[in-house]
Amino acid sequence: MAHFEKARNLEEWLDQRLAIKTLRRVLAEEYWIPKNINFLWAMGMVLAITFGILLVSGIFLLMYYQPNIETAFDSVNYTIMQEVEFGWLWRHMHAVAASVVFLIIYIHMFTGIYYGSYKKGRELIWISGMLLFVTFSAEAFSGYMLPWGQMSYWAGMVITNLFSLGSLEFNGLVEWIRGDYVPGQAFLTRFFMLHVLLLPLAIIGLIGLHFGTLRIPHVNNQDGEEIDFDEEAKKYLAGNKKEAKVIRFQPDFLSKDMFVVSIFLIFYFYLVFWHFDFAMDPINFDPADGLKTPPHIYPEWYFLWSYEILRPFPKDPGLIAFGFAQVIFFFLPFLDKSPNVAPASRRGMFKVWFWVMLVDMIVLTVMGKLPPQGIYSSIGFVAAVIFIGLWIVLPIITKKEKAV
Amino acid sequence: MADNSRRDFMGKVFGGWAALGGLGALYAAKKTWDPLPSVKAAGFTKVDLSAAEPNVLNVEKWRGKPIFILKKTPEMVANQTDEETARDVIVGNDHFLICIGLCTHLGCIPAYRPDKHDFKCACHGGEFNASAINTAPPPPSPMVIPPFRLDGTTIILGEEGPEYKKMKEAGVIA
Amino acid sequence: MKELKILAVVVFFTLLTYWGVEPYAHSIMHVHVESEHYAYDDLEPLQKTGDATRGAEVFMNAGCIGCHGVKAAGMPAPMDPVSAAASFGVNPPDLSNAGAIFDAKFLAALIKNPAHALKVEHKFTGGRTHPMTPFYGLGGDLDQEVADIVAYLKSIAKKPEDITPKMAFETACGRCHAVKYDGWTQLGEKPKFKHKKDELLYDAKVLDYQDYLTKYMGKLPPDLSMYIRSRGEHYIKTFIENPQNLLHGTAMPRVGVTADSADKVVEYLADVGDSKRHERDSVGKMVMLYLFIFAILAYLWKQSIWRELH
Repeated sequence: MAHFEKARNLEEWLDQRLAIKTLRRVLAEEYWIPKNINFLWAMGMVLAITFGILLVSGIFLLMYYQPNIETAFDSVNYTIMQEVEFGWLWRHMHAVAASVVFLIIYIHMFTGIYYGSYKKGRELIWISGMLLFVTFSAEAFSGYMLPWGQMSYWAGMVITNLFSLGSLEFNGLVEWIRGDYVPGQAFLTRFFMLHVLLLPLAIIGLIGLHFGTLRIPHVNNQDGEEIDFDEEAKKYLAGNKKEAKVIRFQPDFLSKDMFVVSIFLIFYFYLVFWHFDFAMDPINFDPADGLKTPPHIYPEWYFLWSYEILRPFPKDPGLIAFGFAQVIFFFLPFLDKSPNVAPASRRGMFKVWFWVMLVDMIVLTVMGKLPPQGIYSSIGFVAAVIFIGLWIVLPIITKKEKAV
Repeated sequence: MADNSRRDFMGKVFGGWAALGGLGALYAAKKTWDPLPSVKAAGFTKVDLSAAEPNVLNVEKWRGKPIFILKKTPEMVANQTDEETARDVIVGNDHFLICIGLCTHLGCIPAYRPDKHDFKCACHGGEFNASAINTAPPPPSPMVIPPFRLDGTTIILGEEGPEYKKMKEAGVIA
Repeated sequence: MKELKILAVVVFFTLLTYWGVEPYAHSIMHVHVESEHYAYDDLEPLQKTGDATRGAEVFMNAGCIGCHGVKAAGMPAPMDPVSAAASFGVNPPDLSNAGAIFDAKFLAALIKNPAHALKVEHKFTGGRTHPMTPFYGLGGDLDQEVADIVAYLKSIAKKPEDITPKMAFETACGRCHAVKYDGWTQLGEKPKFKHKKDELLYDAKVLDYQDYLTKYMGKLPPDLSMYIRSRGEHYIKTFIENPQNLLHGTAMPRVGVTADSADKVVEYLADVGDSKRHERDSVGKMVMLYLFIFAILAYLWKQSIWRELH
């Protein structure tokens, strides 16, 4: 057993037992972040805060929600929305955060793509991030089932049907996932479990992994410059703060993060109180009815681009294209053959690739919402083909890219 | 150095303001746990006393708890002390015991013994007389009289009527 | 500044996506119907000035109270709601406040030709007739007699400003639509029952009523508890005004309420389905105020730290 001196204060007492001073140094005060960054580098903190909001508001919803097909809708729309004090606030916060978190995830992803933050040792940052994206998607989908409104039911019906895998007709698999022939009680309770237990656990674990993957390669910077972190940290600690290319996580980076978070929170709470329909679809305020499909059904906005890749094709090729879209982003670090870690603006053809990809995904998103008729179908089809084409040409154009 | 203190000061001000927001969230969280309006609205129960048989215990439910209603026989009334009579709810010439049927020891429900005119709690052997006053330990106090209001021969549990207020002033409700 | 430029790019693409999936997509998916301000221009205006005293007489002689109750004038409904629904498909409304809630021009047109005023003529073809018998007059001037009845209904009704949102809803909508979250069934306010059996008997009566109603309407009119959120104010208002505009061929009649009563119906639905809207607004303002100060303090903190870093 180690030797313990009598502690002079609580901090010292804790430090003897938990090494809190070392922890604080390693995790915060001497966790070095490049100085050459912009507000896009704060999206990680914004995501952490949003996840915190989802967790806390979800805990309060969980105390009144009833996962029963007879009572789920009323427990949400009557008990929580009309009866429980501030129940409406938790629900609005939860629903809006669930939507906004995807906006931030997409900004976070496109920032990574633009600055090449997935290369040269940062591959696992990207892959763990993509795993988070997939689990967040599953979390969002399972949560969407719980109010048991018309959109919950029909989204559950349509998305689980994807698992029949087209002409393979794995109907047994679909029924297994539902525990019923249609989405029913077993389906609701198991998605409830996934939403409040298994997936949040996975997300928390993956967040830990994501942070861990940052530790060795360090955070990228605006110019993709390779920084000698030890050397620069020495400069900083010697008091040469202006010249050092690095800053402390706490308080330097954190203070900038918090300012960005404050702007984000103003935007977010404005949506929570006054502009929430985009995240709380009116159609889902009609109770689930298995004998009546709403005239327009569509996923939440953040799934629309991949939904649109599925839609314009015949059933089997559509499913293949959809499967392709789900996994292809994982392979980005290996499909980008260029050794350059630099902003897209300095990378020739990749610059074009980036902006075409961004615009193409927005086009897919909008077409995914519109009814699949006439010109919208054609635009959607072209955009889906461009999406697939972009991934095919990526290795070719990046291979030809000149070193910068 | 001046810069340093300004820096620390701003950090503290910001941290304090953020903590204030946390308190606001805690307030909302506290309110979220309050009983719902529907629970509170359901907190009133009407019972008609006119059909009660003497020396037969009736048990009603009020706010989820058992309510003992016992009409006393004239002999029971004649033999009881003033202290016991002060706890009676009197409707016309009839004397009633009305109380929350939970033992004041740990909340079990005592059973009525009509032959002995008393209550016995099976959990730890506590006893109460026909006015629900504790007569054998461990219960430390009589069973509690719930707020009530009389309206003819009906009693409304959950509202404080003049008879209840009088008992409360006399200090006999528990 | 470079960061502002980046912010502008992020905001631009965010708004573009938002515009595409919300305002633009919804304008394509849903027809936008403008309100006609409850003018009921397709109906002819009242030709004559009515007289309430004469109207009372005409009202009694016309046989209105064979089907309608007028509680305000001491005339209860001739049948209980379930028997009425068995005979007519739906319980005929009590007319106590009809004069205040419904438009005068609409009432006159309804008395003369119910299916036409209600815009449900498509339902009554091939020998089927609307359960309300048109009034063909007592032998005098038809327009005058109708104007007199309308004047009578107005005279017995409460003043429009005394009509509460719930009263407007009950008279205009409440015999076809339940509102579970307010304890409202097609038979009225659901009483509290001490015994399960009494409650089941009541529920069975509601189900009987709903069966007749379903047969008459083709499908059971929906519960409106959350309609303020599922349809929104604009849709509800334009729908009440003329259901055919938004749902062609629907069995729902045009109910003929005044603009003021329509506002009250919407207010009632908002009180039920969005009961915390005022609290949401006031809490929202407080949170915004808090966050603006939060942002200013965060900025000052950041500045105090970064001054020595640049």
